Amino acid sequence: MSDLLALAGGAVEQAVASGAGDAEAYASEAENREVRAHGGEVESLTAATQRGLGLRVWIGGRVGYGFGVDLSLPGVAEIASRAVEAARAADEDEHAAPPEAGGEPPALGGLSDASRGEWPTDRVAELALSVERSALAADPRVGAVEQAVYFDSGERVAIAASRGARAEYETSSCYAYLQALAEGDDGRETGLGFGLARGPAGLDPEAIGREGAERATEMIGSGKPPSRRCPVVLDPTVAASFVGLLGAAAGANAVQRGRSPLAAMLGERVASDAVVLHDDGLDPRGFASAPVDAEGTPRRRTALVEGGRLRTFLHDSYTARRGGAASTGNAGRSGYRAPPSVSSSNLVVAPGAATLAELLRGAGDGVYVSDVAGLHSGVNPVTGVFSVGASGRAIEGGELGRPLREFTIAGELVAMLRAVRAAGSAPRWVPFGGSVSTPPLLIGEMAISGS
Amino acid sequence: MTRPEDLLEPAVAERVLARALAHGGEFAEVFAERRGGLTLAIDESRIESVQSGAEAGAGVRVLSGATTYFAHVDGLDPADLERAADEAAAALRAERAEARPLRAEAPAPQPVERPPGEVPAARKAELLRELDQRARAAGGEIAQASASYGEARREVAVANSDGLFSGDDRTRVRIGAQAVARRDERVETGAETLGAARGFELFEDDPAAIAEAAAGKALALLDGVPAPTGAMPVVVGGGFGGVLFHEMTGHGLEADHVQKGASVYVGKLGETVAQPLLTAYDDGRMPGEWGSDAIDDEGAPTQRTRVIEEGRLTSFLHDRRTARREAVAQTGNGRRESFRHLPIPRMTNTYIAPGDADPEAIIADVSKGFYAVSFGGGQVDPATGDFVFGVSEGYLIENGEVTRPCRGATLVGNCLQALAAIDAVGDDFWMKTGICGKGGQKVPVGTGQGHVRIAAMTVGGTEA
Repeated sequence: MSDLLALAGGAVEQAVASGAGDAEAYASEAENREVRAHGGEVESLTAATQRGLGLRVWIGGRVGYGFGVDLSLPGVAEIASRAVEAARAADEDEHAAPPEAGGEPPALGGLSDASRGEWPTDRVAELALSVERSALAADPRVGAVEQAVYFDSGERVAIAASRGARAEYETSSCYAYLQALAEGDDGRETGLGFGLARGPAGLDPEAIGREGAERATEMIGSGKPPSRRCPVVLDPTVAASFVGLLGAAAGANAVQRGRSPLAAMLGERVASDAVVLHDDGLDPRGFASAPVDAEGTPRRRTALVEGGRLRTFLHDSYTARRGGAASTGNAGRSGYRAPPSVSSSNLVVAPGAATLAELLRGAGDGVYVSDVAGLHSGVNPVTGVFSVGASGRAIEGGELGRPLREFTIAGELVAMLRAVRAAGSAPRWVPFGGSVSTPPLLIGEMAISGS
Repeated sequence: MTRPEDLLEPAVAERVLARALAHGGEFAEVFAERRGGLTLAIDESRIESVQSGAEAGAGVRVLSGATTYFAHVDGLDPADLERAADEAAAALRAERAEARPLRAEAPAPQPVERPPGEVPAARKAELLRELDQRARAAGGEIAQASASYGEARREVAVANSDGLFSGDDRTRVRIGAQAVARRDERVETGAETLGAARGFELFEDDPAAIAEAAAGKALALLDGVPAPTGAMPVVVGGGFGGVLFHEMTGHGLEADHVQKGASVYVGKLGETVAQPLLTAYDDGRMPGEWGSDAIDDEGAPTQRTRVIEEGRLTSFLHDRRTARREAVAQTGNGRRESFRHLPIPRMTNTYIAPGDADPEAIIADVSKGFYAVSFGGGQVDPATGDFVFGVSEGYLIENGEVTRPCRGATLVGNCLQALAAIDAVGDDFWMKTGICGKGGQKVPVGTGQGHVRIAAMTVGGTEA
């Protein structure tokens, strides 16, 4: 047993000794590095270690949560007394109970990459600098890069609970991105390029820089489209944001509290046949993958949308008990500072047969949306009604045409998914909307508002 | 009240700074922080999600040439701080540099009458029950109500190699209310918040009014029509309407964006960017406001900075680094989310100063337009100036009158054009709270203004 799991186990005992009926501890330890590059120089270099503990306790049906970073014996006792005090302030909830041990977790490889530990800081700094260089080299119109960023993290997690759940695992992750700036005749354009991997050896700095350069330069000379309803092709980065909204709407907590557009739609048609969506907590390419979820329940692969129908909601132990269902291993958490709650793990949209060129031909005359902004303010998560800012390209005669900016796309989530005519053949992992893998999607019709 | 030396002993700070400069560098700083807080919520009329936490730690940075070396650790033991200093200095290879002796100088923190930590949790739960009841009493069509309470205290101390030694003791409280209204298949939502850099005294004067307001918004939207689409005059409400100025102009004034050429305001200092009726400030000293602190997170006293004077751009917002680079004075805008983050130029309380127009007349002059009372939030690309805002409460303006509520409206535009198109500023004025994200860091900011009219702006609705 590791020191971290021993710490979690000891914290559970301490909580029970402090007056909790049951307790669950989550301990994590992380080592992070970040490099920011600008103008051919390293702008900042950050090294950090973090170690913290979160304790969820139950006193009957009352739940409280405490967390802290002082992991000495008195420090853990302080966290335990905070959690117990918090539970005493809460009301009884008949469905609240600690999670039961959830069976044997799957053996899962590929969550960690040795190159993260092996690459010294000057080597990853060089990677960040090369991301910037490759954007500048890709196109003479790219005059500068606002920032090229490299980040990596290695994390260990241990979970222990008074009713038997006990688990630990280790993951690593890394990413790099940049915001390229291109100068056009009538102003400046920006373009994002990014890459995700388990370690620096898995990143292609050349491709990341090139993507930023391409996205920035293709926007030069952009104008507003006319307002109309027309076919739309969503870039994978944009499709991912909408898939993320669907994943949130499928969370049983939102459903049980009547705050989801999918609340009454279990088994109903929520998408066209072209949409096949899984919540996959086991794919090693997805950053949310782990042997167990945040409560120690084994992660798994769950069909969310198949044949256009909503197959299940996503559950943690609380929503499962309340809804008379089984946990789908979808307790997620952002770290030790907050308790677990239902969330999608990795959302994976199955690729279709069409190439991007075929999707564009299928659209005929329409709009290719390469970027959306304002999702946190432009979407009503209860109704699924959205109106978000967008930029992209016109689709003219089945091919990409002039660049477009300063328009909005609007609609309603389920209606949009029912209007999906085809999924592209080339999926991509995207860190927007959670952790999502999706190909581009062709939507039959959407409302565009421009000039 | 915590003094800086309670958090960071001067002798320890001097030792840490010396270690940070052991391998060279022009500047070193240690930022120590103790933070704690409590949040709770009411949902389905039940108190839940009671969470209480405390953290302490420090960040040490060393500046050498164009590079910042930064390390942060959990814990405030001298050994923790020295470890952070050694990690920050690890990549440097030059000769030892010397730090100046520390001079203690801390301005008074924002006053707190009732420290929230001394108020029993049961009283906070009772406050949430009042909010819940008030929202549910607003009408039979209120299907759901929820509310949240949050308190946070940040005690900070900062010492640097220029000899600065300062600190702050920051308390903030905030409540939020959300309501869902339902009529047959129609579902609408409303939300409202109240917060300040103050103590529990903020809730003495009818705090539950925000729950009634949230419910009222949701109920009004049940009669809403799809938002119009296209370009039209837009009247923006006061208070949180100021988030429009925050996003479309404020971010472009942050000097880090400007110095990287990633702002539409590059080279525009002293130039006319708006009509003469517009004057605007960033003010980190407004008493009790959500974005107020005694010092910024580099130890510089906060201040009132006039960013636009009668339409002319007069100042950018600086942290230490950007100010040094241009040889101008710091403006007290070097902020960070916590000891785990590097300070960067951030807004504090940003607002358009009251004008002389009658808010009713501002609307009465519009024959066909849109009235955006409040926003769910917004986003801008400072480099291009393109922005987008989700409207949480909006109405049609027809023949000079506010008529039907609209659902699902978004405003999009470009900030240079939109700012220049402001042709009326109301004489009413108030502030609201916001949480602003930049570079992965969230900080509390205040936004404010009176009613403001933009002559033409694109409204993106669902009606097409």
